[in-house]
Amino acid sequence: MITRLWSLIRKEFIQIIRDPRTLAITFVMPVVQMLLLGYSATNDVRNVPLAVWDQSRSAESRELLAAYRAADYFQIAYDVAGETEIHDLIDSGAIRAAIIIPPDYAEALARGEAAEIAFVIDGSDPTIAGTALSAATLIGQARSTALTVERLAARGQGGAPRMAIDVRTQVLFNPDLISAYYMVPALVGLILQFLTIVLTSGAIVRERERGTIEQLIVTPIRSWELVVGKLTPYVFIAFFDSLEVLVVGKLLFDVPINGSLLLLLSLTALFLVTTLGLGLLISTLANTQQEATITSIFFNLPAIFLSGFFYPLAAMPPILQWLSYLIPLRYFLVVVRGITLKGVGLESLWFEVAALVVFSVVIMGSAALRFRKRLD
Amino acid sequence: MHDAVAVWLAHRPIRFAVSRPPSVVFWGKAMNAPGTPILIQADDLHKAFGATRAVDGVSLTVRAGEAFGLVGPDGAGKTTTLRLLVGALQADRGRVVVNGHDLAYQVDEARAGIGYLAQRFSLYGDLTVAENLRFFGQIRGLNDDAVARRARELLDFVGLGSFETRRADRLSGGMKQKLGLACALIHEPRVLLLDEPTGGVDPVTRQDFWQLLIRVLGRGTAVIVTTPYMDEAARCHRIGFMAGGQVLVEGAPRELTQRLAGRILELGAEPRNRAREVARRDPEIVDVQTFGDRLHLRVSAADGVLARLPRALAEAGVVVERLRPVAPQLEDVFIALLQEHQRSPEAGPA
Repeated sequence: MITRLWSLIRKEFIQIIRDPRTLAITFVMPVVQMLLLGYSATNDVRNVPLAVWDQSRSAESRELLAAYRAADYFQIAYDVAGETEIHDLIDSGAIRAAIIIPPDYAEALARGEAAEIAFVIDGSDPTIAGTALSAATLIGQARSTALTVERLAARGQGGAPRMAIDVRTQVLFNPDLISAYYMVPALVGLILQFLTIVLTSGAIVRERERGTIEQLIVTPIRSWELVVGKLTPYVFIAFFDSLEVLVVGKLLFDVPINGSLLLLLSLTALFLVTTLGLGLLISTLANTQQEATITSIFFNLPAIFLSGFFYPLAAMPPILQWLSYLIPLRYFLVVVRGITLKGVGLESLWFEVAALVVFSVVIMGSAALRFRKRLD
Repeated sequence: MHDAVAVWLAHRPIRFAVSRPPSVVFWGKAMNAPGTPILIQADDLHKAFGATRAVDGVSLTVRAGEAFGLVGPDGAGKTTTLRLLVGALQADRGRVVVNGHDLAYQVDEARAGIGYLAQRFSLYGDLTVAENLRFFGQIRGLNDDAVARRARELLDFVGLGSFETRRADRLSGGMKQKLGLACALIHEPRVLLLDEPTGGVDPVTRQDFWQLLIRVLGRGTAVIVTTPYMDEAARCHRIGFMAGGQVLVEGAPRELTQRLAGRILELGAEPRNRAREVARRDPEIVDVQTFGDRLHLRVSAADGVLARLPRALAEAGVVVERLRPVAPQLEDVFIALLQEHQRSPEAGPA
């Protein structure tokens, strides 16, 4: 039995090594994906280009603009003198937002009235628009509060008045809100899922496509030995890739691993059982490597969106949230983000771990049942 | 005992028999004597793919040291039959016993004694010759020493000794088949199933291949071989002729040809086209086939035809060179069987 298993694993490794192109993709793809995602897939909106139409041209208006300049959400890119100019700049994409200060801004403030300012935001990119909107509102309100305090002080009402509510925020785990800390560990899950499903389904279907399965079938090797022997090399590759992502993530993006690495790797192994099972399941459905690849992609793409990798699950409509419970990656992302970022242990992850155990049993079980050592 | 034979085989030079006409090669004594153990027994096998009845009631018995040839046109069900015998496909109905193991209950035990060479090249092209042999040896449970020794013997046996490190996909068609045979023999099986082993292989290599098979048979292995070639079929101890998923007739080549004894006339005549037309009009001539520069006439009764035909040909202006009864060839038998089968699939052989 050990001889049979070992011979199959050895053969599989020889074949992997003799296919340098796939081998290169296997090891280079994770790093490339990490570079792309680490630098591009960031939700941190900074330096939104802003146009200013200051009709007041007063000390007061300059103070307001200074407040906007001080926060690095906006970068004042254009000084304009009319609404059409603003619209042209927005149409051409040169600016994403514009602030309009009316001519009577300083006078209104001086009279003790509420001065109105207008903020125009390009809503075509919801992420940028959302950040710009809240930043514009917050900065405006902060300035407004400061002015109110000044007025009250000027009227001589009791020294320095206090705000009714003072919100003191404290951001845990990722105080600077760096996207990479959140995205790069999750990439371990994404790459594991993508790679193992495509590679394992392809490796088994290849035997069928080339007709070599016929020769394997007639040997006394048992179905489970065939499955274990075919999958083992990909477990090694998947583990290597996981470590690769974590190490390169640490070196390039300084992504921390606050929790137990051992726990992370153990739960990675658990997650691998589900993805390898999915690969196996696809291999029982596909007749050619092309079919296997296409089926894998058909599963992988929705799974990635429903896993909460890019967009928070809480923001999705209820039906998609329910569907997401069927995606093993969803649970693994909570695990991997929890361990690396929050440094939590098993006590906080028991629900995800239980779900992954159920999935691995169900998926591997049904794949093993469907996998027949026969041609029909 | 097998080892001793193998060593002896390994040290015997391979004899080529290129110049001998294939049909002359004969195995000697018939091996289907009742005392010889039955190694392959199939009863009433059925296998359908959708509405197609690929195998429709096939029964076979092959004894130790016997070569059984499955012959028939493409789509007759030969490959499916072999796949049922090795358990690569599950039969809808019927029973297979190989080496005393019922395939339905002891498939792994049965397979341990089967060597199988699929029609399509089904070794690993990206592994070398030696790696393929080693893999199939180890997966059969042989330890390193046994694999190394057997691989050495078999590579010499099939004449691939100097190609050990060549990748299998860089071998020629004939060498691939020899490597396939070596891989199928690595575990010294008592049953060897070969699916068109000489398909697309040049005649010299085909001869080589058959010489190898003769030696495998000499060790008491039971062999089933499918082939589209009549000369190869004629080398087998017994032949089963398949069409439409059924074995229409089965027997030793001589028995089969005997069925048409006295019913094949050879006609050498010019012009041949007109001779054929005239022959077709004779009520007692069932079929006319062209064999090289002669015609083979299958007749329901020879005497009347021999009396009538020369005159009819002469009247049509055909010059007759010869007209005489000849010993039927397997091809005559199979053409006759196939035509009768197509006319009424339920009818028995001629």
